[in-house]
Amino acid sequence: MKKLLILLGKNVLSLLYFIGGLMNLVFQTFYWLFIPPFKKDRVFEQSKRAGLDSLPIVSLIGLFIGMILAFQIAYLMQRLGSEMYIASIVALSLVRELGPVITALVVAGRVGAAITAEIGSMQVTEQIDALETLATNPVKYLVVPRLLALALMLPLLTLYADIIGIFGGYLICVYRLGIPSRLYLNITFDALLFKDLFTGLVKTVFFGMIIAFVSCYEGFNVEGGAEGVGKATTRSVVTTFILILAADWFFTALFYFIFP
Amino acid sequence: MTPIIEIEKLVKSFNERKVLDNLDLKIEKGQTVVIIGRSGCGKSVLLKHIVSILKPDSGRILINGRDICKLNNKEIDALRLKIGMVFQGGALFDSLTVGENVGFGFIEHGNLSHKELLERIEESLCMVGLSGIVNLMPSELSGGMKKRVALARAICTKPEIILYDEPTTGVDPITADSINVLIKTLHDKLSVTSIVVTHDMKSAYSVADKIAMLYQGKIIAEGTPEEIQNTQHPIVRQFINGLAHGPITETLECFK
Repeated sequence: MKKLLILLGKNVLSLLYFIGGLMNLVFQTFYWLFIPPFKKDRVFEQSKRAGLDSLPIVSLIGLFIGMILAFQIAYLMQRLGSEMYIASIVALSLVRELGPVITALVVAGRVGAAITAEIGSMQVTEQIDALETLATNPVKYLVVPRLLALALMLPLLTLYADIIGIFGGYLICVYRLGIPSRLYLNITFDALLFKDLFTGLVKTVFFGMIIAFVSCYEGFNVEGGAEGVGKATTRSVVTTFILILAADWFFTALFYFIFP
Repeated sequence: MTPIIEIEKLVKSFNERKVLDNLDLKIEKGQTVVIIGRSGCGKSVLLKHIVSILKPDSGRILINGRDICKLNNKEIDALRLKIGMVFQGGALFDSLTVGENVGFGFIEHGNLSHKELLERIEESLCMVGLSGIVNLMPSELSGGMKKRVALARAICTKPEIILYDEPTTGVDPITADSINVLIKTLHDKLSVTSIVVTHDMKSAYSVADKIAMLYQGKIIAEGTPEEIQNTQHPIVRQFINGLAHGPITETLECFK
């Protein structure tokens, strides 16, 4: 019993420590975000890594999700005899939910993990200390450009994934299920409202911030060489996944009440 | 002579283990001071206090008479540009080229023109005996070259103080000696104050004006290389002669 309590206490403490540390990083980042000089190059470089370099994997996953979704919904709609709705359900579920979340998870796995590993390696080889001795704040130099890049690129990637996903659904419905092409597109665009797109994209800005903050935080807190970098990278991806889904639940609930 | 660095009653603990315990040390302008001690005894921690990467639990560090714990962020940045630090593994930024590494302080803070910047980088690299490697990446360099580039980076902003964290660890004896020669040359040419942390006694004797030994968080002995070589202090004697048996290891056995 006593052991259990000690274990519980340790876990609660480390959770509080994590929240405190993460919040500290968030405040520092927003502070340095507004302190000149502003270096655009670094934001571009990070945007390229986070955005442009993610296009192939996002295309592939977007296409598959769209096609799978079309089949699953077709199965249900055919049983109900309402094939007319396939297009609108595919579009709505992609734009409102699957596009944002799947893209965020892919980017968390691809970009977030890389950030933690990079900053973590910098930490264990004293490069972070070296930055400080050269009078450069590590948060400004490393976190600010990554935050901006992810918060800007994730909505764009999501928009792109939405389009590719709808195209995947289109392929299945038009070429496998024989729904006329014109009809499919008309139904898709009729079903989508501005608020669907808007709520879907707004949350990805926050998902991007979650990825940036958690992966940088875990990178800065690496201890103990190569093994530490590995552990931190795993922890960073797991934590980001959980936080993204929690944030998604929060935003879905929020938007459900704001835009009924 | 006025001391450029004065450390008074410095205390620092990590996880309730006192690494530095009421440490006092005075370093005069233009001196090369070598701090010796066993691995993990807090030598690097001491250096990191001087560049203000670590903050003391208590005690004061005065540089040019000013307490560095009371400086604001801007003043700390200005101070750091006057201190060059050479890290143990070099700590070169591996996403940047050698040139960008060496000129980093200026690229971030200076307002030099591109031409002046290149000149400064070439000049610094030349001083450590390297040239024509500006566009290489750090991963393409050997261990000894990395240390030299790290040194070039530390001297590029023309600092008043250079801190070396185990400059000869992990390189072959010939490279080690050339680094010792380099430390002396830089000291003579730039008339900087240097602090070298090492457990390589050969290096210590060759570069030091003063040697100080750090043991259990305190400076237990200091003196010129000759004084240290002829000391009667049992702990220092065991360390400089590299003996497995003696007062240092006995206390460790007591702990066990």
